[in-house]
Amino acid sequence: MEAAVFISSLVDCCALIFLSVYFIITLSDLECDYINARSCCSKLNKWVVPEMIAQALATLLMLGSMHWFVFLLNLPVASWDVYRYVKVPVGNMGVYDPTEIHNRGQLKSHMKEAMIKLGFHLLCFFIYLYSMILALIND
Amino acid sequence: TLTGGDSSSTTTGSASPVPNSYESLEGGGYSDLAAPPAGVPAKQAPPFGYNYPTVHPAYQQNPAPKPDPSPSHGGYNPPGYQPYSQPFPSLSELSSALGGLGGVSEQEAETLRPVNLLQERNILPPKRAPPPEPNLSNDLRKVNCSPDTFRCTLTNIPQTQALLNKARLPLGLLLHPFRDLTQLPVITSNTIVRCRSCRTYINPFVSFLDQRRWKCNLCYRVNDVPDEFMYNPVTRSYGEPHKRPEVQNSTVEFIASSDYMLRPPQPAVYLFLLDVSHNAVESGYLNVFCQSLLDNLEKLPGDTRTHIGFVTFDSTVHFYNLQEGLSQPQMLVVSDIDDVFIPTHDSLLVNLKESKELVKDLLNALPGMFTHTRETQSALGPALQAAYKLMSPTGGRVSVFQTQLPTLGAGHLQSREDPNLRSSTKNVLHLGPATDFYKKLALDCSGQQIGVDLFLLSSQYSDLASLACVSKYSAGSVFYYPSFHHVHNPAQTQKFQKDLQRYLTRKIGFEAVMRIRCTKGLSIHTFHGNFFVRSTDLLSLANVNPDSGFAVQMSIEESLADTSLACFQAALLYTSSKGKRRIRVHTLCLPVVSQLSEVFAGADIQAISCLLANMAIDRSISSSLSDARDALVNAVVDCLTAYRANGSNIQPSGLIAPAALRLFPLYVLALLKQKALRTGTSTRLDERVFSMCELKSQPLQQIMRMVHPDLYRIDNMTEQAALHLNDSVIPQPPLLQLTAEKLTREGAFLLDCGSVMYLWVGKGCNETFIRDVLGFQNYASLPSNMTEIPELQTTYSERTRAFISWLLESRTFLPAFHVVKDDASTKTSFFQHLVEDRTESAFSYYEFLLHIQQQMSK
Repeated sequence: MEAAVFISSLVDCCALIFLSVYFIITLSDLECDYINARSCCSKLNKWVVPEMIAQALATLLMLGSMHWFVFLLNLPVASWDVYRYVKVPVGNMGVYDPTEIHNRGQLKSHMKEAMIKLGFHLLCFFIYLYSMILALIND
Repeated sequence: TLTGGDSSSTTTGSASPVPNSYESLEGGGYSDLAAPPAGVPAKQAPPFGYNYPTVHPAYQQNPAPKPDPSPSHGGYNPPGYQPYSQPFPSLSELSSALGGLGGVSEQEAETLRPVNLLQERNILPPKRAPPPEPNLSNDLRKVNCSPDTFRCTLTNIPQTQALLNKARLPLGLLLHPFRDLTQLPVITSNTIVRCRSCRTYINPFVSFLDQRRWKCNLCYRVNDVPDEFMYNPVTRSYGEPHKRPEVQNSTVEFIASSDYMLRPPQPAVYLFLLDVSHNAVESGYLNVFCQSLLDNLEKLPGDTRTHIGFVTFDSTVHFYNLQEGLSQPQMLVVSDIDDVFIPTHDSLLVNLKESKELVKDLLNALPGMFTHTRETQSALGPALQAAYKLMSPTGGRVSVFQTQLPTLGAGHLQSREDPNLRSSTKNVLHLGPATDFYKKLALDCSGQQIGVDLFLLSSQYSDLASLACVSKYSAGSVFYYPSFHHVHNPAQTQKFQKDLQRYLTRKIGFEAVMRIRCTKGLSIHTFHGNFFVRSTDLLSLANVNPDSGFAVQMSIEESLADTSLACFQAALLYTSSKGKRRIRVHTLCLPVVSQLSEVFAGADIQAISCLLANMAIDRSISSSLSDARDALVNAVVDCLTAYRANGSNIQPSGLIAPAALRLFPLYVLALLKQKALRTGTSTRLDERVFSMCELKSQPLQQIMRMVHPDLYRIDNMTEQAALHLNDSVIPQPPLLQLTAEKLTREGAFLLDCGSVMYLWVGKGCNETFIRDVLGFQNYASLPSNMTEIPELQTTYSERTRAFISWLLESRTFLPAFHVVKDDASTKTSFFQHLVEDRTESAFSYYEFLLHIQQQMSK
């Protein structure tokens, strides 16, 4: 049971890692002028909700299996995702808005955010891996 | 990684692959510097012009000679100037305070002269101050870009970001790149010389190492001079590349070859989208529009390929078949607004020359066609979608005329304004768009090189905040005529007519892109204006017109310590209305300084105020209006605190500002009282949003007149110090401060606000003036809604009219004119512009100074 929980959260975390890497690659493409703002933002906006769902899934899994420490670790990231999504002004075309992305250093701050998330997901990956192995051994 | 879609490879060599996007056309920014070719160091450590013995003497940085005192300096001691006891009474003390810099120029000492704002009552110079001159050698100053085109907030660029932060002033550029110019050197040569790495165009501030090599002033790369460039067509001489016109002028226009075209240059295509609902017909704008267009049909910019089309809409969308050969225009109605389609494939946008008669017939018939309409709904969204489909193949300009809230179909809007909250002192809501429909449409249009201009002629709330998006991101312009009615509001009708005259005949550029490059170390982080930022530094402008201004904010990423000059270049690539591809290049050069006092000495207060206005509007939309207002006040407080901290004196009383910044609190107070940013006074939401749009898209002079209008007394103008131009004598009355104290009952005063002018006549004004200039016997017989000055044959009248026409000389949009007598609304508008006075919700100028002083002492 424990092992199943950790295996699924490990898989979830892998998906989140791939997603962060995808965000970083797309944003750096925009920085280097390989793609334009419109296509970059439409690509990224497509994956905002799946990322939110995946993160929420991981958080709930930890809550459901009563691993409090990991749950509390995941909670800020999940709530930040939800906050970011909800706080988009009505006239904007999603979290990544092509008309605003080059203003006020938004590109840099999105890049920083993606990097931090990548680091966080890598950390969680190793936590889940370790816990999964522990759980498998103890079964 | 190359991703699909709009991918392009950045090139560093001169042989480039076939371009498939504008990024590669215009050339890259510093991302191209990633791999410099071997053997040529990409970064030269020695400073500009140093170490190269054969550099042309013109390019050596000489210490700035003493400038002649300019006429405006005479106005620095206005009557009433009180000498104050200051700790800097002599120049030598000043120079010691400036860090022991030798050779402090007289000009710089003048701009740093401390002014006690609380004591000095008359801080306005008698004429509008010219922009500050950068501290460059005479040769560089002569070729530098005109400040009307390119202006920086700080004419002395700080060396490091830390120094800039210490000064607490924003660093940015204000551009007016497509301004109407009387003199423009056009370069017809086949080769356009550009730097190989950063793609900067050759400009007057490059250095020639010897006759065969030149060094880029933005990235310091050494380039070769091509053979064709060695020959100078103007002087017919060989071997003097620095005498060529590209290197002698900072504003040039190149004729672009086919390398600069993604497709053959497009013809001028004009589409007019007209609201014909009941409301629209009631307001009567159709008559004015059709008449205006008929009068100006010949003068529409274009050539034999110009196309024109019309689409009208109410609850359905109507197209007009204008094919040559038809006996009269044929109307095609599409009533399926959920999925608008184009009824026929051609002959909706027709060649103007061939179908001219039909177009004229249509324009004559159009007002009459809808007089009995009962349609009250407006399907603007579907009409715009139809316009987009119609214009996608070619691009061009769409002019939308709307008189009410769009209520039907895609993009329909709700009424969001609460009239009770118009005077609220708390937050103003709904400053941003309600839906992303118009933004998305604008981005689609921008991608197809379609620019959308919006004329809003409504009397009720029409959610301009959402509608304006369609113009903002497609590089269009927004015009607003509140309470437009052809009978009840003749002043607005006149203004609409005059504006249309200019709008239809002004120069236009199509499928344009603009790139702004700066010296290595500076980078642009925020853009203001009507355009779409496609990628870093590349602005996509579907249409470019001579009346829009842009602003950018910069930051200093790397220290500029090893260079003494910072340069900026704006390159605008566009298709002229005659189908010629052109590149207009402006280059500005400014000195780099390392002392805080020099940064203050070079501050351009008008540019700073405009940039702050742009920033405040961004802040009020992204966060809240009160945040923006607080930020504006803090900008003044921080700046004056920084100045005080830098000076070595302790001056506990009084509010000291350097002379360069003495108008800063006044301009900020005026900004706080603008319709865009004011609270506590009843402001309709649409008017507020329109004022914001204006502040973000007008050129600098227009914004300054809007924010701090010019007040003159005109009933007693004399010939003293008058200008003598072309046989006419133009009197030069001094500028007055914007306070009711300066108004007297015995005088008549002219307030020039840019888009509107007021002539306030005092009750006791001498009757000679009223009779000779206004044509009425006495004050009582003046009508309450006069909108122009009659042409009478008296000296008084000639003098006044000469003065007013001199004021309007270089204006593009003629202002509306009001004689203020008893009419309540014009009186209120007039007095709202007197920014130094106290109102029930805002400070007077003196109170504002005290408030600043109080904040500074916290």
